Amino acid sequence: MGLVPSKWVLMLLVCWLCKNVNSSSVAQKIYVVVKNTVPCVRLLNATHQIGCQSSISGDTGVIHVLESEADLEWPLSKGPNPPYMVLLESSLFTRSIMMKIKNASSRVAGVAVVIPTMSPPEFSPHTTCPNENTGVYSDSYGPDYAHCNTTVWNPRGNGLSYEEFDFPVFSLKEDNETETIKQCYVDHNLVENGTTPQYPLCALQLFSHMSAVTDTATCMRRNDVINFSINPEMVCDPLGDFNVWGTIRPYNKSELGHRDNDSVVIAAARLDSRAFFWDVATGAEGSVSGFITLLAAAQALRDVTRESPPTHNILYAFFQGEAFDYIGSSRMVYDMEKGKFVIDLNNVHSLIEVGQVGLRNGSELFLHTDPVSRMNDSINDQVKKLVTNLQSSNAGMNVSLVEPGVSQPLPPSSLQRFLLAQNIPGVVLGDHRSAFNNKYYGSYYDNAANLNLHYPDNLTTEEQLEFVTETAMALSDVATVVARALYKQAGGNESQVNNINADPKTVTQMLFGFLVHANNSWFQARIPPDMKLEASPPNFYVGIASPLLAHAKTLTKIVQYLLANLTGTATNLTQDQCKKPDDLPDESEQMHSYFWIRGTFPTNGTANNTLCVRASVRMSQALSPAFDLREFASKTYSTWTESRWKFIEARMFLVASRDLEMLTLGVGVAVLFTSLLVTYFISIKADVLFSSVREPASAAY
Amino acid sequence: MTAAVFFGCAFIAFGPAFSLFIFTIAKDPLRVIILIAGAFFWLVSLLLSSLVWFIAMKATNAQDLTLQKGLLIFGCMFSVILQEVFRFGYYRLLRKANEGLAAISEEESSPISVREMAYVAGLGFGIMSGAFSMINTLSDSLGPGTVGMFGDSQYYFITSALMTLALTLLHTFWGVVFFDGCESKRWWVIAAVLCLHLVVSGLSLLNPFYVASIPPVYVIMLLMAVWAFFSSGGSLHNLTLLWTCKRSNAETSS
Repeated sequence: MGLVPSKWVLMLLVCWLCKNVNSSSVAQKIYVVVKNTVPCVRLLNATHQIGCQSSISGDTGVIHVLESEADLEWPLSKGPNPPYMVLLESSLFTRSIMMKIKNASSRVAGVAVVIPTMSPPEFSPHTTCPNENTGVYSDSYGPDYAHCNTTVWNPRGNGLSYEEFDFPVFSLKEDNETETIKQCYVDHNLVENGTTPQYPLCALQLFSHMSAVTDTATCMRRNDVINFSINPEMVCDPLGDFNVWGTIRPYNKSELGHRDNDSVVIAAARLDSRAFFWDVATGAEGSVSGFITLLAAAQALRDVTRESPPTHNILYAFFQGEAFDYIGSSRMVYDMEKGKFVIDLNNVHSLIEVGQVGLRNGSELFLHTDPVSRMNDSINDQVKKLVTNLQSSNAGMNVSLVEPGVSQPLPPSSLQRFLLAQNIPGVVLGDHRSAFNNKYYGSYYDNAANLNLHYPDNLTTEEQLEFVTETAMALSDVATVVARALYKQAGGNESQVNNINADPKTVTQMLFGFLVHANNSWFQARIPPDMKLEASPPNFYVGIASPLLAHAKTLTKIVQYLLANLTGTATNLTQDQCKKPDDLPDESEQMHSYFWIRGTFPTNGTANNTLCVRASVRMSQALSPAFDLREFASKTYSTWTESRWKFIEARMFLVASRDLEMLTLGVGVAVLFTSLLVTYFISIKADVLFSSVREPASAAY
Repeated sequence: MTAAVFFGCAFIAFGPAFSLFIFTIAKDPLRVIILIAGAFFWLVSLLLSSLVWFIAMKATNAQDLTLQKGLLIFGCMFSVILQEVFRFGYYRLLRKANEGLAAISEEESSPISVREMAYVAGLGFGIMSGAFSMINTLSDSLGPGTVGMFGDSQYYFITSALMTLALTLLHTFWGVVFFDGCESKRWWVIAAVLCLHLVVSGLSLLNPFYVASIPPVYVIMLLMAVWAFFSSGGSLHNLTLLWTCKRSNAETSS
């Protein structure tokens, strides 16, 4: 009886001790895992695959820190220990070096790029002509303007993001880990005056095996095939997210399609951006400058559109996925064409799009229009009216609105997708007359510094949040112009126009939240209490589409809550009523959306200020129509998908020479054979070698 | 490091043990049983001694490196002593079993002699000790990297394998000598085995100064081989007999 409890005690003791055992210490002597890396992943579209791929068991290469372009001949031809893993500083991350490495990829196992905190003078891995195949200009519509024949929009673009590399490319930060890697290189691999480096050499292994190949049609076909097996494994996912849209007069969400006698002015901006490496997009000038201006304009219009409503409705549209062949705008146009949206294309009066507006030279803001649609006289008149409305909206503002002055096509913009479907008058606002002012379009360096967002030293986070920067003042001037022009365009009361002013405080708080520190009190007050924000700015990469609203990107959700807050009204509904407003007589979920938000950030134990905000703001799915129509080789719609992968890691270790390995194997085989021979021999002759002990017993005397 | 190193080290460490097993143990089921039981006894002794070390380590300050090193040395020595105690315990168990085997066998005597049991028990201890030393290292040698990033020697795998080989054979020889000493009640033999085991363990603490640790261990192994040969019934006469037998066989056959 006493034995049984002691047995359990012993077992528990052993189990507790087992729990405390660490992982293999020999592996810890060998491998150093590099943690802060970002890989480049594979994306596919109707015709190509772009991005990087490693082999399934990782690519190992001897580290070589590249000093200059001429130094490339060491890994590519002269070096005695291929394959090499080339470590590049960002100044050497250029098209010519990457193409040379790509052509000699049998000797190069992979590339690691060190991303500095200071941006290089210019860098744009996007193409020179963004979205050239899915815009409005083609051989049948403005052939002179197609493929950037007249104006090259992004002349600094080196197209690296759209190249295919069959080796892995990882990015490293400038931190202690990278110092360790460089130190290992200096200790073991450094070549001095023509001597060959001695083994063991320092090597890096990169794992980023991508499952999808060839193009979207192939990978979607493989997705379907795999779905029939017991263990379904998808190979790729379409890119997409949700568009955010809101109106000043609410629409019943179940009444879709054409609305008689309704004319809507659309104000559009884009939300997303991209970079060479996966999931680290920042889009300060490329997208943030535009959508913040539109949000500030929406706030400026809130009060005046309630007191003296304009004739037409205004629809604010924030499109996701524009960087990848206009996913969001093509989807909204498609929904309008098919009668699946609250309005259709015949209800669209005109469109004002806020493009890249953050880097104005002086006070000039350019109004880009489409010359081909203006060949139609009625459209031309409406565009001229729109331009006049804009140009007369700058009273008291340091903004002068100028038309580019040459017969020039539209820059890459969502308006192009609307024009593809129907000829509507539209203007795209931009700070560039022809080529972009943005030196870092589609790059990781398009950050707060690119917008000249500087805060004085020694300010706390809260003080920085409230500090009105010059950038914020400039953007709020543009927002005022946009708001006034929208009001006039929508047929509002002329006498009220000069009362419309954007609030620079709001603009600077939004700039801070989207580009510097997202987890601040201003954002916190406008989002639901259970939503968590990171300290770092949100990620602007559109990512993989999901059908669930709850899985929308953080950026999209924040923009939705901000638009709701800036255009909606606070109500005194309780939390339960906010969830089910249909129970109340005056409220309806068909007409509005209801958001339960945190309210003013509670400080030091004051009462909870959570409240219910009612706004006519909704999200609509931004998934390319090509996936609904299952036209995976479509040339008109975006067909971008992102490959899936199992495992992404980078680790560093020493490699031994082949000679030592073969010597070990040789010695082992020799030992084995010798011992087999000797043992056989001894066991055969055992009776001779060892006199038997049993002899006396068996001897018969 | 790669498959080449994996197989090379595996052959070095386990080659002799493997060949001894297939040529001398595998055919006789009784020997296999004694081998496995011997391995188990070694395993239990290691478990108990490592429990003691583990508790001592957890109970003290983990940051004090000299204390931890001292505890490791203490644990090592304690483990050696416990292994020899268990070897003695196994000897007693086998003696008892021997009487039982003799009773149930058809002949007067037991089917296996104490000398053979000594050899098999020693080999059992050796194989288990080798497995515990080497398997962990072998599995890490399969990857592409080698030891050396943090200042360790790049010959880590080969020297581990050589050390394991020496220790396996040493356990075998110690088994033979130990049981012989117990049979003939010569207690100084047991003390000598214990001391030599402590010396070999102590030498292994000198790693990575491999020049100082591996050659002495091999010298001790050769000396033990000679001692075990003589104590298991071999003699110089037998060796010359073997030699002339071979020569006469060669002459008659040619």
